[in-house]
Amino acid sequence: MSLECGVFHTRYESDMGLRPWPMQRIRLAVFAVFVLVFPFVAGPYWVDLANQIAIATVGAIGLNILVGYTGQISLGQGAFMAIGAYTAGLLTLNLGLPWGVSIALACVFTSLAGTFFGLPSLRLKGLYLAIATLAAQEIVEWAMTHWTAVTGGTEAIVIPAPRLFGVRLNSTFAFYWFGVLMAAGTALFAANLFRTRMGRAFVAVRDQDIAASVIGVNLFRTKLLAFATSSFFVGLAGAMIAYYRTIITWERFTLETSIVYLAMIIVGGLGSIRGSFFGAVLITLLPALINNAGRALQDTAPVVANLLPYAQQAVFGVVIILFLIFEPKGLSKLWGNVKDYFHVWPFAYRRG
Amino acid sequence: MDVFLQLTVSGLSTGMVYALAAAGFVVIYKASDVINFSQGDLLLFGTYLIFFAVAQTGLPWSLGVVVTVLLAVALALVIERLVLRPLIGEPIISMIMVTIGLSSILRAAVNAIWGPAPRSFESFLPAGDVALGPVILSSGRLLSIPIALAVLAALWLFFRHTRDGIAMRAIADDQQAALSMGISIPRVFGIAWGLAAASAAIGGIMLGNIVGVSPNVASIGLRVFPVVILGGLDSIRGAVIGGAVIGLLEVYTGGYVGHGLSLVVPYVVLVLVLMVRPYGLFGKEIIERV
Repeated sequence: MSLECGVFHTRYESDMGLRPWPMQRIRLAVFAVFVLVFPFVAGPYWVDLANQIAIATVGAIGLNILVGYTGQISLGQGAFMAIGAYTAGLLTLNLGLPWGVSIALACVFTSLAGTFFGLPSLRLKGLYLAIATLAAQEIVEWAMTHWTAVTGGTEAIVIPAPRLFGVRLNSTFAFYWFGVLMAAGTALFAANLFRTRMGRAFVAVRDQDIAASVIGVNLFRTKLLAFATSSFFVGLAGAMIAYYRTIITWERFTLETSIVYLAMIIVGGLGSIRGSFFGAVLITLLPALINNAGRALQDTAPVVANLLPYAQQAVFGVVIILFLIFEPKGLSKLWGNVKDYFHVWPFAYRRG
Repeated sequence: MDVFLQLTVSGLSTGMVYALAAAGFVVIYKASDVINFSQGDLLLFGTYLIFFAVAQTGLPWSLGVVVTVLLAVALALVIERLVLRPLIGEPIISMIMVTIGLSSILRAAVNAIWGPAPRSFESFLPAGDVALGPVILSSGRLLSIPIALAVLAALWLFFRHTRDGIAMRAIADDQQAALSMGISIPRVFGIAWGLAAASAAIGGIMLGNIVGVSPNVASIGLRVFPVVILGGLDSIRGAVIGGAVIGLLEVYTGGYVGHGLSLVVPYVVLVLVLMVRPYGLFGKEIIERV
């Protein structure tokens, strides 16, 4: 990212601002206006996609806190989302708690579960930790489908629709505002988190854990805190899915889910909050766009249309591989490049 | 007792397929430190390639097996060259994700070429049952055990006695030193992927004969993890013994306990091994500890 010149801070507050430069504020304002206008102009199909993106953003930021910022590879995202969704749903269903309370409790419970599954990270790192979280994912998946007394097994759980002042919150339009609020709140929290001592400690652990412990970062505490913070938001994403769909099924929380979320943060950019959002957008829209293309081609080229479900699976893999080979820092870096280009446009300085 | 013997044979034959998949995994990990999430999909490709060679093209079995293995090796070499080599030296998460990406591409390719429906063909293993005293065993399953063991022994001999095998061990031991002794790392990585694909293809051929040809075969890919963690990530011997243990464990819990527990027991074992002895039974004891 290029440094802005010609901007002089005269107060500490403006120097410490999250978005200290005028151009950043303008971009944010444009984006905010877009977000506010979007549901009024777009059809319900697109608003539904936006809701999915909002949920995915919350989940991806949560995962990025753990994987991108703290460097602890987790394949257990699906399991944590499941814990969030099932906790929220079962609390409402069995204890009759209002949805707001059960979402909050679900986040806290997922956070605790995440801390528990984070315990191996104190002894293992790198690929061993990845394999340990893979096992956690498989075990939770098994519990979801076989612990019939609690989870209902492979049968779906139907929960009552959340209501706020008599308005059904899980309608596409109403949920949009809830989703945007949650996603924005998560992004704001995460952006501020990495300006605090705790957040900096996460990054130190990722970059060089031994050096971090030498300068006084408590590895034990920091790693568990990273797991707890991350799973809090992952649980939130799971609970949001539960209330948006009002049907909880285990198929939404398989290893595939974990992989999709990892793909989001890799494609978007590890250790980047806007990257988590970009990744959530791309990975959510990609299958939808391919589906639309398939429907459009159904009449003109049915052969191609029939191959498209497979293309969807393949494109997912191709996107991951291309990003890893050509732009490991993801969409976030590409966006940075675009900004840098226009920053001095049309007086670009060309090297060589 | 009859049930026990039957379960044992079936567990061992499943275990040997696991061992073949795991051996390929171990070879790749040993040479290049890459953990390969697409091992199950290489197996899947092997199953469909033999189906293609024998049932669709009409080759005799012996030739079909050769063609399958050659095609699988060619595929692996292409993968290694195009996808893995540009990423040498990247962090672990990139390596994990790139093989996951590969896995979804391979699976999509199999589905697009052959369709999602299960296929069947005439098994080349004798179909009848063998009476072993009072116990009746499927001869196909019984025969698959020595076949797998022979392949694994060949792999082990390769590491022990051939020039490339020793080069591979040298690279696993110390990459820098191996480089300065004139060992070509790209060549060794290529051989590693080729071997992994060959062993997966043979596993796939056996699986096609034992359980049939269907996209579900790829799920074996995840079963590889308990096997290699139990045996040790860099040990062929570990893969054989780990495969046998996990296969038996699955079948015994399935047969005696039930409740779908056989699906989860391998992963419980995995967690326990990671807690107590992360390098597994035969792995090198250097493991990154925190």
